[in-house]
Amino acid sequence: MVRLITHNLLACHVKGCTSNNFPLQFKDVQVELREAEFNPDFLRGFIPRLEWGALVDAARQLGDTSLPAEPPEMLDDDFLQKLHHVLLEVHIEEGAMICPNCNHVYPISNGIPNMASAYHQPIHNVVN
Amino acid sequence: MIPTPDVSHLTKKDFEHVYEPAEDTFILLDALEQDAESLRLSLPRVCLEIGSGSGCVSSFVGSILGPSSALYVATDINPHACHCTKLTGRQNKTPIEPLNASLATPLMQRLKHAVDILIFNPPYVPTYDDEADGAQQGADIQGAWAGGKDGMQVTDVLLDQVENLLSPIGRFYLVAVKQNDVPAIRRRLLDTHGLQSEIVVQRRAGGEHLFVVRFSR
Repeated sequence: MVRLITHNLLACHVKGCTSNNFPLQFKDVQVELREAEFNPDFLRGFIPRLEWGALVDAARQLGDTSLPAEPPEMLDDDFLQKLHHVLLEVHIEEGAMICPNCNHVYPISNGIPNMASAYHQPIHNVVN
Repeated sequence: MIPTPDVSHLTKKDFEHVYEPAEDTFILLDALEQDAESLRLSLPRVCLEIGSGSGCVSSFVGSILGPSSALYVATDINPHACHCTKLTGRQNKTPIEPLNASLATPLMQRLKHAVDILIFNPPYVPTYDDEADGAQQGADIQGAWAGGKDGMQVTDVLLDQVENLLSPIGRFYLVAVKQNDVPAIRRRLLDTHGLQSEIVVQRRAGGEHLFVVRFSR
């Protein structure tokens, strides 16, 4: 179960791929929605660790446009509920994530991302 | 008393490819249980287990903290282990996010100084180096124990990344055996990374002298 909270923490780690390697882009994904326990304290505590733009962008790729472009100053319940849903209830079960820099493909199968394939890649030549 | 996670959904066939909870797992659970109250009070948000195997340990942390209080991420180089971790999380009502990866590699960039609880029960058994290399590449059950020279080959790589991962309140729990030279590990993390440490539990079990060491800033 790759949720968007986890996607927000994953960067491409192919050897030599060190810039523009985040966020990974979704491709051909199948999504399942599953309810999760709402915990506003957890969400408030986690917001500082998020790359907000990457989260909004990832949600939009999956057709969810409920989040504002910037996190609001007032973290009211209505906003936290939306954030809760996007971060914790959207599960990517199948598909792939692709590095925007080196195009390495990280497949997702049965909700488990294969991040290990990066170790077998030849060293990437960064072209700027 | 926090119950030991239920792994009854895993079969003999699963344990042909994935390390079955054993004494080293249980001493780690004991150490975490001993710290349960202070772990709760520190309000951890990110819990990362490296080499999660059956998923027993992360599920246990989920029982200590509560399923919605933290994000539980678990890596394992062995894809069978990732599958078992997912199922064990589900069985014990802890949503664990398994990643098929070596150590913390896909997370290093984004979890810099952001991990509140880092846990590693490494392949600590001394073997020939070749055997440990092959075991990691083979991504199967041998990788759960074959540790190379002094049983430190895999642990050594992670030790240099711990400081980078730990948040200001972060704690790192490491399982080790006597042959790993626990005093040297502690000295090294203090001298090179400024991390304090304490032995939480130690005991002899089944011919091994096991330790759980906790590191923090």
